[in-house]
Amino acid sequence: MDFSFSRDQLLFQDNVRSFLINEVTPERIREMWLSDTGRSDALWGQLVELGLSAMTVPEDDGGMGMNELDFILLAQECGYAGLPEPLVETMLIGVPMLAGLEEDHYTFKQHWLGRVAEGRARLAVAEPGNPLVSDAHVADLLLLAHGDEVHAVERSAVQLTRNQSVDPSRQLFQVQWTPTAATCVATGEHGRRLWAGAFNRGALGSAAQLLGLAKRMVDLAVDYTFERKQFGKPVGSFQAVKHLMANVAVQIEFAKGPLYRAAYAVAGNLAEQAVQVSHAKLASAEAALLAARNAIQAHGAMGYTWEVDLHLFMKRAWALDKAWGDRGRHKGRIRAALFEGQTALGAGSTF
Amino acid sequence: MDLTYTPAQQAFRAEARAWLAANVPAQPLQSFDTEIGFAEHRAWEAKLNEGRWGMVTWPTELGGRGCDLIEWLIFEEEYYRAGAPARVNQNGIFLLGPTLMEYGTEAQKARFLPRMATGADIWAQGWSEPGAGSDMAAIRSKAERVGDHYVINGQKTWSTRAVWADWVFGIFRTDPNSQRHHGLTFILLPLDTPGITVRPIPQLNGLPGFAEIFFDDVKVPVENALGGEGMGWHVAMSTAGFERGLLLRSPARFQETARRLVQLYQDNRELADQDPAIGEAVMRAWLDAEAYTLATYMTASQLVKGSKIGPESSTNKIFWSELDQRMHDTALSILGLRGELLPEAPAAGDVGQWLDGFLFAQAGPIYAGTNEIQRNIIAERMLGMPRA
Repeated sequence: MDFSFSRDQLLFQDNVRSFLINEVTPERIREMWLSDTGRSDALWGQLVELGLSAMTVPEDDGGMGMNELDFILLAQECGYAGLPEPLVETMLIGVPMLAGLEEDHYTFKQHWLGRVAEGRARLAVAEPGNPLVSDAHVADLLLLAHGDEVHAVERSAVQLTRNQSVDPSRQLFQVQWTPTAATCVATGEHGRRLWAGAFNRGALGSAAQLLGLAKRMVDLAVDYTFERKQFGKPVGSFQAVKHLMANVAVQIEFAKGPLYRAAYAVAGNLAEQAVQVSHAKLASAEAALLAARNAIQAHGAMGYTWEVDLHLFMKRAWALDKAWGDRGRHKGRIRAALFEGQTALGAGSTF
Repeated sequence: MDLTYTPAQQAFRAEARAWLAANVPAQPLQSFDTEIGFAEHRAWEAKLNEGRWGMVTWPTELGGRGCDLIEWLIFEEEYYRAGAPARVNQNGIFLLGPTLMEYGTEAQKARFLPRMATGADIWAQGWSEPGAGSDMAAIRSKAERVGDHYVINGQKTWSTRAVWADWVFGIFRTDPNSQRHHGLTFILLPLDTPGITVRPIPQLNGLPGFAEIFFDDVKVPVENALGGEGMGWHVAMSTAGFERGLLLRSPARFQETARRLVQLYQDNRELADQDPAIGEAVMRAWLDAEAYTLATYMTASQLVKGSKIGPESSTNKIFWSELDQRMHDTALSILGLRGELLPEAPAAGDVGQWLDGFLFAQAGPIYAGTNEIQRNIIAERMLGMPRA
């Protein structure tokens, strides 16, 4: 029993954090809002150079063969930075889905996975039931649902309609496309399994980013409460303001365990992964939503402005809370497992 | 990361389970806040010690097993799973014991730890005073050095277990000219020393779970000071750290409460579901007990690797104490009109111990440093916010 990360995993997290803090500044994110795509090929190129686009690609396909647990701390850092590029979605949802295709699609998946690892292709995955696909406009290949079937469609074969989000960093599209036998890459039970896996990985990736966002909002608010003075003192010295932040810190601390356990379960394809992912998503989303509410309060009127950076992170949290299963859906999964399922309860039942 | 138990850990669990199955009293003991119950619990401590299960993390020469914290968690899981008696000597074994091991002289360790392990000495704590609660540095009780003795005068209050305990530990002002957290000394003394008066204070359940202690010219040898004269605050902070940290409230306890709550809900589902908030609260109780367990295993894994507990441990106390309140609130909501009945009331049926747990849960956010103080600690030491 060892519920901790290895030195290598923590070192990699540190490296990626330093890179993101230096390169994905709020100023750069605001610049990206003004570009046509809202995305930066230059930034994606930097991520590729760091090896991040090869992380979860299997070694046989030219990648580093790392799993969801190896990636989870990096996903958290992407959230902390408010990274607009769809790195988490590509590494945690798109790549594992392609890698899960059966052997009769061997050449196809090897081709695309190799290109993703090299940074020459990006993937977008449609969340079943969600009419909007994130980052479809910069994806070279889209993985789309038709019933239980998985279809892999190149961007040239689809029509996109942009939908504006509260978060200017989000790029959402309705996708018009025609399923054909040629685009179908998985059917029936296999397709259902792939979509179930995509849902869990999508929720896991969102949870990790939400936890990173929560931490960022606390850090921004704490900094602000030093700068802002009223009654001759920094407002952060007042107990009422301190407790706003302490309450978020408690929620963040107790969302970490569920998140890391869920990553471990998904990486090991364990039977409990669905409930554990739902716990992680719920706990992280609630931490991030409380962080948003309390951070804007700590900022006072400045928090309500476009100028202060808080909204870059607050708006992402509001959006990701709903992505890959909203709280209602995840609570429903937990409730069913707890009250109708065979969930083990009591002391000694956790592992 | 490896979230499976090793064969050795599984074998340890099996051994603990078997011993507890054979030895846990079939009938629950009376409350240790009654005279009879206190004696029963003391006897249970001796029995645990005979089986070398009294404090598994202690070294073998003190009757322990030299277990690491993961094994301790496993033992606690089995202990609560077996419904074993509450630990009457928790002030001793969980709080003072580790402090003695860190700061005690060899003579002090030899004198106090074995008797603590067998339950021969049950310990009370003497922190708070009428004017020193959350502001513990306002302590006024004096210990005046006279030759090879201290002469103690003053008053302690909210001293848990003091009514029937044998010894008390606490901090006293040894430097009369000192201020705040300077000039304090951590002193251990027998509660039957002449000049000590213990006045029981009935708690919400009517039983004297704590007491006031009055000191009138109480003579204590200087060798009863722990960690050096004037070092009391430093030593006490380490004790408080253990208290807030892992040892006092192991997750197993909350997991068992969550399990019983799910059962209570399932047994009364039709009635309970008239308020959809109840099913949600039950679900959250289970999730939060899981989250507390996960956080504890994460901390234990770090400590086993050699890291130290940081200020983030202040989040623990807030989390478990507020979880405990929510779980018991929910249970009483499910019980409805029966929720107010004492278990012995003729119409109580199977209300069990929920009301007693509910009453005790009200104390959680207050003792061991109020949750407001914990939030200040989190804000200032963990998040680095400016001090008032």
